[in-house]
Amino acid sequence: MTTPLLEMKNISIRFGGIKAVDNVSISLMPGEVVGLLGHNGAGKSTLIKILAGAYKADEGEIFVDGKKVEINNPRDARAQNIETIYQTLALADNLDAASNLFLGRELTTPFGLVDDAKMEAESRKIMARLNPNFNRFSEPVRSLSGGQRQSVAIARAVYFNARILIMDEPTAALGVHETAMVADLIKELKSQGLGIFLISHDTREMMELCDRVSVMKNGQMIGNERVEDVTEDDILSMIIMGKNPKRDAA
Amino acid sequence: MTDSTEPTGSTPTQSPRNFIQSLELDTRLLGMIGAFIVIAIGFSIATGGTFLTPRNIFNVTIQTVSVAIMATGMVFVIVTRNIDLSVGALLAISSAVIAMVQARWLPGYFGLEYGSVWIAPLAILSGLLVSTLIGAFNGWLIGYQMIPAFIVTLGGFLVWRYAGWYLTDGQTIAPLDSTFILLGGAEGTLGEFWSWVVGGLASIFAVWSVYNARKNRVSHGFPTKPMWAEYTIGGIFVVAIMGFVATLNAYDIPKGKLRRMFEARGEVMPDGFTQGHGLPISVLILIAVAVVMTVVARKTRLGRYIFATGGNPDAAELSGINTRLLTVKVFAIMGFLCGLSAIVAQARLQAHTTDIGTLDELRVIAAAVIGGTALAGGAGTIYGAILGALIMQSLTSGMGMVGVDSPLQNIVVGGVLVFAVWVDIVYRRKTGDV
Repeated sequence: MTTPLLEMKNISIRFGGIKAVDNVSISLMPGEVVGLLGHNGAGKSTLIKILAGAYKADEGEIFVDGKKVEINNPRDARAQNIETIYQTLALADNLDAASNLFLGRELTTPFGLVDDAKMEAESRKIMARLNPNFNRFSEPVRSLSGGQRQSVAIARAVYFNARILIMDEPTAALGVHETAMVADLIKELKSQGLGIFLISHDTREMMELCDRVSVMKNGQMIGNERVEDVTEDDILSMIIMGKNPKRDAA
Repeated sequence: MTDSTEPTGSTPTQSPRNFIQSLELDTRLLGMIGAFIVIAIGFSIATGGTFLTPRNIFNVTIQTVSVAIMATGMVFVIVTRNIDLSVGALLAISSAVIAMVQARWLPGYFGLEYGSVWIAPLAILSGLLVSTLIGAFNGWLIGYQMIPAFIVTLGGFLVWRYAGWYLTDGQTIAPLDSTFILLGGAEGTLGEFWSWVVGGLASIFAVWSVYNARKNRVSHGFPTKPMWAEYTIGGIFVVAIMGFVATLNAYDIPKGKLRRMFEARGEVMPDGFTQGHGLPISVLILIAVAVVMTVVARKTRLGRYIFATGGNPDAAELSGINTRLLTVKVFAIMGFLCGLSAIVAQARLQAHTTDIGTLDELRVIAAAVIGGTALAGGAGTIYGAILGALIMQSLTSGMGMVGVDSPLQNIVVGGVLVFAVWVDIVYRRKTGDV
């Protein structure tokens, strides 16, 4: 068995008296898509925010390529090529697409000034690949449609050679056509060997896109199954009841 | 999945646009310039032309500088969703330090003689150091200790002015070093020749900037403005710069003062000799501040992070921006600019008084807000804040000339502030900007 691309071991985090994530372990292989499922407040978003550096875990360890890494802030996560597409998109609405795409990692001229022209040129290249209809490069992203904003957020995660990609509800704001584009993108990135965490409420979509699904409830990991081993009903019962029917049967 | 959709070489055709749109000028800027012209013409009529004489334009200009310098810093503060109520107090304490260093401490403790070339630079450096440190301290309380900026700077509003009061024992300190007062305005000007030189260089730079921006866009194959629009913009810059220099050059230095200047050099003034004031050094300081702050806002990572944080603090943090340290930097810049304003204000008044800069916090905030800085954060321009300061000062000066008494002046300025923000809100709602 090859070394997992990523392992999170025995992760816990408390907010006040509540254990938002309680002793959770999860792994990700290269070229694998793992779906994270669960109700709102089950701890999925908190878990991936720990990986993205937005929160710091109280307990637990993170390994990339088998090596232990410290992720204390978003910069550390980016340094490990961990990129995140947040549910809220995390865009600065007053800035244009290129400024958002390169936020925190601006291209600069030899004088150390930000090179807007170069960033716009690079943005045009990546957007031509992700969303060929996108042409509103000089407007603040607040004036863009939901789908266009989503493309900017996705472009930001994909542009910087991510190895581990976290997608938190990437299709929630999208129409049918755009959702299909995101699904194609996930398949393409998977074939390039990226590991992807996908969070969604759409069980059918998850069954189609993921290799494995992990279900959380009340901060705990309920089940971690290969997609071909479970039915949609099994997953739903894990989400709702907090019980793994396969494990109970065994 | 190829790059073929990217426009290369040829620029996309654009729908026909009207004159203003082709120039790609900020409509808010045009509105402000329009308001300024209305004020200037209105007062000019009311004063029988006195308002627009070179002499008055010179005076309004040098009176604007101190508030305008601080207003550029206030843009960054407000853009990051903070406020600074302590800028007048910071100006007062750094003015106290500058005055004490040049008039008491250096001559008293270090034995420097009055008139020594070291006095002005050392006094200036100590003033800037003190105000920058206090600004950084404010930023630390706000960014790292999470005390709201309103409270920190409301406290600072009381603390720093009166800390300055103790430094000087509440005394007015004068006279000041003769080199130092050159920074105030009327005492230190470039004269006609060098003003033309500076104006010429500034014009060349403006035209070069327009040319360079276009070249850059063309080289990447981005859409550009029509050529005539570029010429118009460049022309407006050159006319505005040279017109400003010509006006300041047209205000002659009084005969008596000129004669004393010749006598000081041991010469005799030739008959019929005249010399215009030209650009004041304080205005050059303001221009330098405006250029540097604009470059910081638009072309540096710091500026990009300031606007990103104002637009969406969470997104900025998730992008790896250290927003706490950013707050310290923003308030340190604000502090530094308060120190700079203290130099200009004190040199112009040729004295340190304990009430120097009183109410400046409100003038500075008003200038930034009239200049289009949104209190909700994320939006604001440096030139807007400077124009805002100029509009405020023109109103005050103009009313003074017309003979409006000071209580009514305050009522009008207060009303104008609220009115300007209301117009801005209506404008943003109409255009869909936030």
